[in-house]
Amino acid sequence: MSAASGSKPTVAVLDYGSGNVHSAVRAIERAGAEVELTSDTETILNADGLVVPGVGAFAAVMEALKANDAPRWIGRRIAGGRPVLGICVGHQILFERGVEHGIAADGMGEWPGEVTALPENVTVPHMGWNTVRAPQDSVLFQGLHDERFYFVHSYAVQSWDFDQTIDSMAAPKVTWAHHGADFIAAVENGPLSATQFHPEKSGDAGMQLLRNWITSL
Amino acid sequence: MSLAIRVIPCLDVDGGRVVKGVNFENLRDAGDPVELAHRYNSAGADELTFLDVTASTAERETTYDVVTKTASEVFIPLTVGGGVRSEDDVDRLLKVGADKASINTAAVARPAAINEIVARFGNQVLVLSLDARRSEQTPSGFEVTTHGGRRGTGIDALDWCREASERGVGEILLNSIDADGTKEGFDTEMIAAVRAVTRVPLIASGGAGKPEHFPPAIDAGADAVLAASMFHFGPVDMIARVKEAIRAAGHPVR
Repeated sequence: MSAASGSKPTVAVLDYGSGNVHSAVRAIERAGAEVELTSDTETILNADGLVVPGVGAFAAVMEALKANDAPRWIGRRIAGGRPVLGICVGHQILFERGVEHGIAADGMGEWPGEVTALPENVTVPHMGWNTVRAPQDSVLFQGLHDERFYFVHSYAVQSWDFDQTIDSMAAPKVTWAHHGADFIAAVENGPLSATQFHPEKSGDAGMQLLRNWITSL
Repeated sequence: MSLAIRVIPCLDVDGGRVVKGVNFENLRDAGDPVELAHRYNSAGADELTFLDVTASTAERETTYDVVTKTASEVFIPLTVGGGVRSEDDVDRLLKVGADKASINTAAVARPAAINEIVARFGNQVLVLSLDARRSEQTPSGFEVTTHGGRRGTGIDALDWCREASERGVGEILLNSIDADGTKEGFDTEMIAAVRAVTRVPLIASGGAGKPEHFPPAIDAGADAVLAASMFHFGPVDMIARVKEAIRAAGHPVR
């Protein structure tokens, strides 16, 4: 299914039983990649890009990933500078921990921060099309100004405490959105990118974002 | 800036065809749901809802096929309702490409189905579809009905919204049986009453006849608005007209 057919970048969408990944696969194909939905280690490691989808509860997603040894493969790709894109709960599990219904679960800890409940004064889940504030030099949001993206989540990372004292390391690019409070909508950090919203459900704007990511592979 | 008000066209699908028909010109096949989904997507729809009104199992397979085709080509959220009773039904819908499932009568008959579905797939996956009417039989004056509004249940609609929210539904689609089909506007009192008892997003349905009908529903507390015939029979740019009316009233749209 992958590589052999030409110059398109190959993208593996991690298959670990997480809800509807159908649309993610189709959208990434449409955006210009050869896509394989897979749990095969070799394919996961060799693809030009890896997408980690995720819906449902933080702890459940983390457990399912662990059951497939996925954190190890994700970690190995990041260590080797190989691109990874997390989506929704696939974005959340990259932080230190998630607290849902008062129960904390460890995430992968790639970035500092906790996934916590959105404020009480707004509708929850945060469901629908919202605006984002992306940094000027963002790759993912290149050419995307004043666009809305489709969010659906009840928890989010609401502060960013990345230690930027290490000079040799480029500072991650953080994109923010607002629902009751500011929260992190996307992070771009070398090979590792993630979005709290669903680019695969965000119409033309989401398609452009996926194209931007695929072009960077 | 804040969350945009969602405008959602609803397509009633029976055996792979749109039942209520449409009024668009130049449509190759006026009753093809996939083609209509494309059309609404291009016209600015924020989500799509398919209501599967099919009775037989064989025809349901055809609906699944429609969902798959639509999800392969239209990259906005897709909700499918009709005949959803259990986790397995939701599982099936997600596997063929739906993003969310809506549950109606089956949740009234067995509320625990809500807990089971959201425990497995998350809150975001389940929309409670509620057909409510005005009634003197309940304390709030609003009653839950089933079978498309033909059967009263004696259940207070506000109590039901509270309970369903606690059980974990991710959204409530509130359809006013009294307003439905009148084209005289939404039941804003009912919307406000439901808004007061739940934090989950609220989709208003029933009664829309013209773009000016939408802002009052949003003022009353709706986060999203759903309509069928108004979009099917109206001009091709009806979604844009509705959004313009919403924007003019001071609410954000996409």
